[in-house]
Amino acid sequence: MRSLREALSGIRRAPALTVLSVMAIGLSVFSIGLFALTAHNIDVALSDVEGRVEVVAYLRDDASEELIEIARHEIESYPEVESARYVSKVEALYEASRELTEFSDVYSDLEVNPLPASLEIALRPDFRTPVDVETVADRVTSYHFVEEARYGREWVDRIYSLRRVAGGAAVILGLSFAFGAALLIGIAVRMSVLARAREIAVMQTVGATDGYIRRPFLIEGLMTGLGGGLLALALTFVTYQAVERTLVSLAWLPDLWTAAGLAFAGILGMLAAGRAVRRELRRLDVY
Amino acid sequence: MVQFRSVTKSFGGSSPAVLDVSFHLRKGEFAFLTGASGAGKTTILKLVHMLHRPSSGEVRVSRYSSSRIKRRDLPDLRRRVGYIFQDFRLLENLTAEENIAFALQVTGTAKAKIAPRVRKLLNQVGLAARAQAFPRELSGGEQQRVAVARALANEPLVLLADEPTGNLDERASSGVFELFRRINASGTSVLMATHDAELLRRHRNVRVIELEEGRLVFDSAGDPVA
Ligand SMILES: Nc1ncnc2c1ncn2[C@@H]1O[C@H](COP(=O)(O)OP(=O)(O)OP(=O)(O)O)[C@@H](O)[C@H]1O
Ligand SMILES: [Mg+2]
Repeated sequence: MRSLREALSGIRRAPALTVLSVMAIGLSVFSIGLFALTAHNIDVALSDVEGRVEVVAYLRDDASEELIEIARHEIESYPEVESARYVSKVEALYEASRELTEFSDVYSDLEVNPLPASLEIALRPDFRTPVDVETVADRVTSYHFVEEARYGREWVDRIYSLRRVAGGAAVILGLSFAFGAALLIGIAVRMSVLARAREIAVMQTVGATDGYIRRPFLIEGLMTGLGGGLLALALTFVTYQAVERTLVSLAWLPDLWTAAGLAFAGILGMLAAGRAVRRELRRLDVY
Repeated sequence: MVQFRSVTKSFGGSSPAVLDVSFHLRKGEFAFLTGASGAGKTTILKLVHMLHRPSSGEVRVSRYSSSRIKRRDLPDLRRRVGYIFQDFRLLENLTAEENIAFALQVTGTAKAKIAPRVRKLLNQVGLAARAQAFPRELSGGEQQRVAVARALANEPLVLLADEPTGNLDERASSGVFELFRRINASGTSVLMATHDAELLRRHRNVRVIELEEGRLVFDSAGDPVA
């Protein structure tokens, strides 16, 4: 109670500095938030793709249905394979016209169906690695009626490495903002300490512990940090909505992530304040 | 209780503020610490309170030694050693009783115990009637008494007073002295820095430790290294 009251009075004493600190923490966590939003949506997209990591074997038009059915059974007995589904030429055309509605007119006008029949081969979760995908693709290609086997693992990997690069950039940006924020909070706390130097000297004289003296300053830092965290949350949400409305549909962050972001901001504020006040207390007392 | 062993404190100036000082203030003892301005009286008191670290030698207070004490022990030491500053250091925005209660609050005294303890301390220093007054509404002697009550709040073993009669007239001055005598009679050691020659003359039976330019030049108890 006392700590809370004194923390609030500390904030009131230097409102401009507090606002600056909140903004710095806000920007720090916002840059992390933007990355999180990107990363999360990449994850959502990838897990979608990953769930279907598949090899598609395109079949020659002259392949007989019986042979294909035998081959399908054989392929399903591969250890790597979960299922193999036959997609006929007609089905292929139907799916294409449903997914790409803009072209449905074009499809219905076609004289000949240009799409090949195919086997869509889904892999078991443990075998969704580039090597296994390639193995399966190679084996499937050895059937003489298989024209070509395709798989999308390469671009999945490329997206992963893109995500890592984006993550690195966001961490660097976030850390530099966090560093600036820590400096500002340090200055704000040092001003609070100076404004209360007399009181602190009396506390030390009569035997208050460092922990007791420090507590209001830690709470001041915590509140500044949480303020920054909320600001970042708001900025991230606004960005999310703007993108969602104008560009692509996005998934909002999981609750656990936003909670972690807020906690990070609060802890950052508290650590910065704790460091500053510890230094000041050591300056005031020689032991 | 308080023991100085060849203590020297230098602030980096040409001559040290305290030079090779040894004395022993026993449990329940009363002593004047005297000497001209700049002789090193305040420095000695701050060494006892461990606000300064000796440049050489050792200060022992109760079970603590200046050469071994850890920062986390300071609060306990400070509760055992009451310190009354030359300028009182009362908090201007708190009343007399709040200033006293402050010392109890910040050392974690249970809430229910604070009010009765403050009342008792105010009675002890004879200020019960002025409990609600702010420091600026109190005379110098009254502020002094608030500072004494605050220093006594945590029942120290030793009370250090820096020029407690400095700005007081003779009547107020002997009033404060009598207060310290009473406190001393209840078992608390008292070390009182003063250059009030009149006060020393009136109380010849009290031990006197005299400093000159940082050196201990006279100790009426003799036997300085005890
Ligand atoms: N923190 C400090 N830094 C530098 N020099 C100091 C410090 N404290 C005291 N001194 C010096 O040490 C010497 C002794 O000072 P001290 O305050 O102990 O004297 P004193 O006997 O209390 O004097 P007074 O009667 O005027 O209060 C003085 O020369 C003073 O200038
Ligand atoms: Mg002095």
